[in-house]
Amino acid sequence: MDGVHDLGGRQGFGTINYAPDAPFFHADWEKRVNALYGLAVRKGIFNMDEYRHAIERMPARHYLSASYYERTLTSLATLLVEKGLVSAQGLQELAQGNFPLSRSSAPGRSNLDAPLALKVGDRVRVKNDFFAGHVRMPGYIRGKAGVVVGESPAYPFPDAHAHGVAAQDEPTFDIAFRSEELWPNASDAATVHVGVFSSYLQRID
Amino acid sequence: MAEPSSDFSQTASLEQRVAAIEAVFETHGMQPGPFIAGMTHAAAEEWVPQNGARVVAKAWADPGFKQRLLQNGKAAVAELGLSMPAHHRHLVALENTTSVHNLICCTLCSCTAFTIIGLPPDWYKDLDYRARVVRESRTVLREMGLDLAPEIEIRVWDTTTDTRYMVLPQQPPHTAGWPEQELAKIVTKEVMIGVASLALPAAS
Repeated sequence: MDGVHDLGGRQGFGTINYAPDAPFFHADWEKRVNALYGLAVRKGIFNMDEYRHAIERMPARHYLSASYYERTLTSLATLLVEKGLVSAQGLQELAQGNFPLSRSSAPGRSNLDAPLALKVGDRVRVKNDFFAGHVRMPGYIRGKAGVVVGESPAYPFPDAHAHGVAAQDEPTFDIAFRSEELWPNASDAATVHVGVFSSYLQRID
Repeated sequence: MAEPSSDFSQTASLEQRVAAIEAVFETHGMQPGPFIAGMTHAAAEEWVPQNGARVVAKAWADPGFKQRLLQNGKAAVAELGLSMPAHHRHLVALENTTSVHNLICCTLCSCTAFTIIGLPPDWYKDLDYRARVVRESRTVLREMGLDLAPEIEIRVWDTTTDTRYMVLPQQPPHTAGWPEQELAKIVTKEVMIGVASLALPAAS
């Protein structure tokens, strides 16, 4: 999904609000909502890919203006409604106010190809692929060429796993891209590594 | 999903919304209270950067462990009694050298090796770091107080799968021969994410 969550390389942002030893919880409700979504995953109500995609599905303006744990909260609430544990109306009555939820999901898809047997050093290109569902391909690598520097264990294919579609787990590869090729004349020099699912890749001969 | 019709003129507060969700869990017999207490405890006491600091200290003190860590991070940290969630199937330790500096992010959300280095700090999860670190890595590090020499190559790692990463920093020369317990005390979360260095002063 080409949502606003796909932030890598986007311009218009400012100084990172950095301090060492920065906190990760600011209020009791944040600790509770973090635990609650963990409980939902533990109980099998939804999986991590569904959770991430429900955050991505927040209306763009809400996503950009919400705090981190408000995104967790909105995803959790949306999935509880979509999985039938409560209605949207019921949530509003319990909360005694409006309860904004995420937008509905596009259909998922299964693996795009048989898994590639890539080796460290192989050159690959990310497919020029666009998908409205959950996809763990940041837009900044779409269509770009890189080199395999490592392989990870196979993982559930997000494009399927976030949507209840059957699929095989896929190998994933750490692909090294040069920033000069990702953003020509418009980046600090670096090697940018991204973990890429086999389905998103094609070999360069 | 259709927009729900609303009888309310205002959005419920965050606290009200969380309480509503807790009520849904209760209705379904899922007893959120004990689980919340357990996870709050884990976040504060178990998933701490001191875990990763022990891993780094041992890698500095024990070359055999370092090799095992670089080969299979999840198995190596298990030697120290450290576990990772089942869905984090792989841990990659990124070794800094005199010519290479590694740096970790998650541009799409906030993925972190949280059981090893602790839960991610605010700035890691916020929009500015996620947007800028892959494209303006050297500038972002300088703003955060880490000014790398121009000849040092920067490697950024965007956490897009369920593989997790941690930086294995270089051991500062003045700590040669220190016991592991003392070595562990100098390693911070920021160093293991890659936005601070032990060779140079961290931002104050």
